Amino acid sequence: MKNWYKIASIILILYTVIFGMLGAVPRLPILNETIRNLYYHVPLWWAMMFQMGISLFYSAKFLKGENKQDERFAYNAALVGILLSIPGLITGSLWARYTWGTWWTFQDPKLNGVAIGILIYLIYFILRASIIQETARARVSSVFNIFAFVMFMLFIMVFPRLTDSLHPGNGGNPAFGKYDLDNNMRLIFYSAVIGWMCFSGWLLNILNRISLIKSKIDD
Amino acid sequence: MFNQQLLALIKKEFTLEFRQKASLGGILVYVVATIFISALSFNKIIVPEVWNALFWIIFLFSAITICGKSFTKESGGAALNNYVLYKPLTFFTSKLIYNFIFLLSISLVTLFFYSWFVGYLINNFALFILVLTLACLGFSAILTLMSAIASKADNNYTMMSILSFPVLIPVLILALRVSRQAIDGLAWSVSADFLLILISVNTICIVLSILLFPYLWRA
Repeated sequence: MKNWYKIASIILILYTVIFGMLGAVPRLPILNETIRNLYYHVPLWWAMMFQMGISLFYSAKFLKGENKQDERFAYNAALVGILLSIPGLITGSLWARYTWGTWWTFQDPKLNGVAIGILIYLIYFILRASIIQETARARVSSVFNIFAFVMFMLFIMVFPRLTDSLHPGNGGNPAFGKYDLDNNMRLIFYSAVIGWMCFSGWLLNILNRISLIKSKIDD
Repeated sequence: MFNQQLLALIKKEFTLEFRQKASLGGILVYVVATIFISALSFNKIIVPEVWNALFWIIFLFSAITICGKSFTKESGGAALNNYVLYKPLTFFTSKLIYNFIFLLSISLVTLFFYSWFVGYLINNFALFILVLTLACLGFSAILTLMSAIASKADNNYTMMSILSFPVLIPVLILALRVSRQAIDGLAWSVSADFLLILISVNTICIVLSILLFPYLWRA
């Protein structure tokens, strides 16, 4: 069964969309019905970080093995990651509007972190586009990608835990899991996480096949 | 690692720098002029937050100007010569140490003129100097690698600044936070946590850039 993850992504995402909207959720002040956004907003970011991790893996693999295909895969994975960050940002912004009362705030380190993370990856694309010579391009952009990933992780995993944050689980705020998630929600949430990761893998697979075909045509 | 070759390389960098008095003088004038302009614009009515932010912004720009030209001389024949003669580790460490010393001395000059023209607000001077030193170390590690990356791309100078800004932010934010505490004259114990994080972020930056440089070197 080679395509299991494609089927899994369809089933799981359909399941989370339907049961995420219909299922029972705990009634909490401020959050109210917006708690359902947990099924869409958080898994998208997890899938994004998953893709960035894959991108890091391929960049390191390229530096080790010098196979040009690996570098293209790293680029594709970063592309999928950035693509997923767009709905992640939109759902987050909507959620912020109805819970914190604003579309965007500069007070939250996690928001600043993802903004800078997206900036870093956009710069990675610019850097990759600006070098014409192929070997140099592959090597330089891999090096930057690895450095960028570490800085991005520092930003989104370490810094929000140091300072005050509006996000749950950061800056002394209790995480969702501690009090609010019942077992039903947890089931849907983790299905969504796995579903979106599979979906991102599918996207990556398509992009990788395109670049394989392109490199065959070029040769 | 601290061998004859490393010392000779660092000495070479200094000799080259002092031989071209125009570039050294240029940086000094750049720093003093920026400070003078900020003194005129803010007219001495300055609150600690603004003082702090302004100082680090001036520091950021002068750091990029100073470290940005680390690898501009190393192209063509010179690069080949270096490639044959030195190990990447020695070569990179010499650049890093040189940049660190140069950046630290320029930042002390900046601090002197800034305190003179704009005003002196620091209550815990030793802590401020410590933060400045740590920030110089982190900045020189990141900027030396970024300058090596930028030297491989076309449009070197623009590339240098856009590559550097986002990856410098983690160190910059930590430095801003601790230096604010130094200005307010808080006890050392308050800043201990952040200093520790700053030191670990610096270590990550230095180790990463030393690990990644050899791959750029071969390109």
